[in-house]
Amino acid sequence: MNLVTFSGPPSSGKTAVIIKTIESLKERNLSVGVVKFDCLSTDDDKLYEKLGVAVKKGLSGSLCPDHYFVSNIEEVVQWGLQNEFDILITESAGLCNRCSPYIKDVKAICVIDNLSGINTPKKIGPMLKSADIAVITKGDIVSQAEREVFASRIKTVNPKAFIMHVNGLTGQGAYELSTVLYEEDEQLETLKGRKLRYPMPSALCSYCLGETRIGESYQMGNVRKIKLNEQ
Amino acid sequence: MIATENIATKKINTLIKEYPFLADFFENHQIDVKQNGEHTIESYMASVDEEDREDFAMDQEKLVSAMLSYIDQMMAFLDTEEDKGVESLTIEAGTDKKGEAENFEALKISKSEIICIVGPTGSGKSRLLGDIEWVAQKDTPTSRKILINDDIPDKKWRFSSSDKLVAQLSQNMNFVMDLSVYEFIELHAQSRMVENEKEIIEKIITEANKLAGEPFDPETPVTSLSGGQSRALMIADTAILSSSPIILIDEIENAGIDRQRALELLVGEEKIVLMATHDPILALMGDKRIVIKNGGIDKIIPTSKEEKGFLTELEAMDRTVQLMRKRLRNGEILTSLR
Repeated sequence: MNLVTFSGPPSSGKTAVIIKTIESLKERNLSVGVVKFDCLSTDDDKLYEKLGVAVKKGLSGSLCPDHYFVSNIEEVVQWGLQNEFDILITESAGLCNRCSPYIKDVKAICVIDNLSGINTPKKIGPMLKSADIAVITKGDIVSQAEREVFASRIKTVNPKAFIMHVNGLTGQGAYELSTVLYEEDEQLETLKGRKLRYPMPSALCSYCLGETRIGESYQMGNVRKIKLNEQ
Repeated sequence: MIATENIATKKINTLIKEYPFLADFFENHQIDVKQNGEHTIESYMASVDEEDREDFAMDQEKLVSAMLSYIDQMMAFLDTEEDKGVESLTIEAGTDKKGEAENFEALKISKSEIICIVGPTGSGKSRLLGDIEWVAQKDTPTSRKILINDDIPDKKWRFSSSDKLVAQLSQNMNFVMDLSVYEFIELHAQSRMVENEKEIIEKIITEANKLAGEPFDPETPVTSLSGGQSRALMIADTAILSSSPIILIDEIENAGIDRQRALELLVGEEKIVLMATHDPILALMGDKRIVIKNGGIDKIIPTSKEEKGFLTELEAMDRTVQLMRKRLRNGEILTSLR
């Protein structure tokens, strides 16, 4: 089985890109499973079901979604193996831009859209910086110049990434993406012992534990203060 | 290629002097060059406290390796500028949606040619474009093969982000950046690293103004241009500043823009123009038209002399319609079609 991790900012078009790509994979008679990671709720699983794709969803609720991802990914892989998928896709939304769910030697794809503004690539952090493939969406509604500028910004942030343009509505580019996703001789059995591409630090403070009151006397643990007096 | 250890021990200022494009790289990796120019990468990383390093997910090894790739790519990019461009594009036939052979053998399109693509929605126009963009080598659903300059194309057309074969212009495209016309083109020019920036920016604005019905000045924000002005600017910018040798146009709306002139500008810049259109005037402006049916190319029709002859008449009709529109807009009562 191949494992592919998709991530990207909310509403960048991850689900649409994955769905169009799966359509192409299915034409090659490859079986695909999807696990959607989200925070509070998602209806995207229904979209996958409609397509006849086996799907599971994982909601992190009050936990950090990326931590939740990494705590569950091995179980997810085992589910994929039991179902004998050729490709297992995970989809997760990058929320704080600091963490990324990418694992060493597991294909990592970041979906980012042309409308998000040209300074977005440098703000995104490891999710874009350490991706293998950067998929740019919503290219049909901005000018050629903006597409070129946006792609060149992404290249500056992550020179190693292969940059592709995919239209989540028409599916233009999705066939091409599907051809670089699957590698026949790659057989993943387990992720035990593998490592994340970037560490996911987290501060454990009183608010993590349910504190709601505001004020210094209620703050414990790893607390950091904003530097307001610096220039 | 430069060695890793050299990079980490050179001053940031020295690096920028050797590779000016690195200024952009540092900026996008949030390294303030002005403050840290005297640092080497090594000493810079050491100067950042661990907490910040963790917060911003900085890693010396990864930074250096990204920088090396960037330098390599930019050097390669600057080199290829002298390459001989795309003289011709050849589409070798594949199959339609039913798996039947397409109704032609090969179509060779040379630069400065205009080819129209006609066919109902969903007939396979985007797949044809997709095949060209991906420089298909019998490895797409249509099994078409694309040749460039009569040869199997360089892999860069598929995999490099700075050498894209196809630029696109379509009806739904808008400017989304909050910049003036001048700043906007300047940004595009910088990303392309052109040398005579100022000259090119002025040329684009002049050409765009020739295409637009109502002129605009360089200080106008791009988002407040009219539909016609936006389209004019997009076409002029794509013609002059886009690196892609092939331009795909999805209709040009017939309002506020001189379409004939727009096409002349594109072919004048030695582009290959593919145009999906159902507008008879545009369709007849092409040298040939491709008819698409069931996902395959069904016919290739050269625009005949007779058809070209209709163009004059069609244009006269078009002018009449425009004139009537203008009169109605001005509150006139129509008494004749003249």
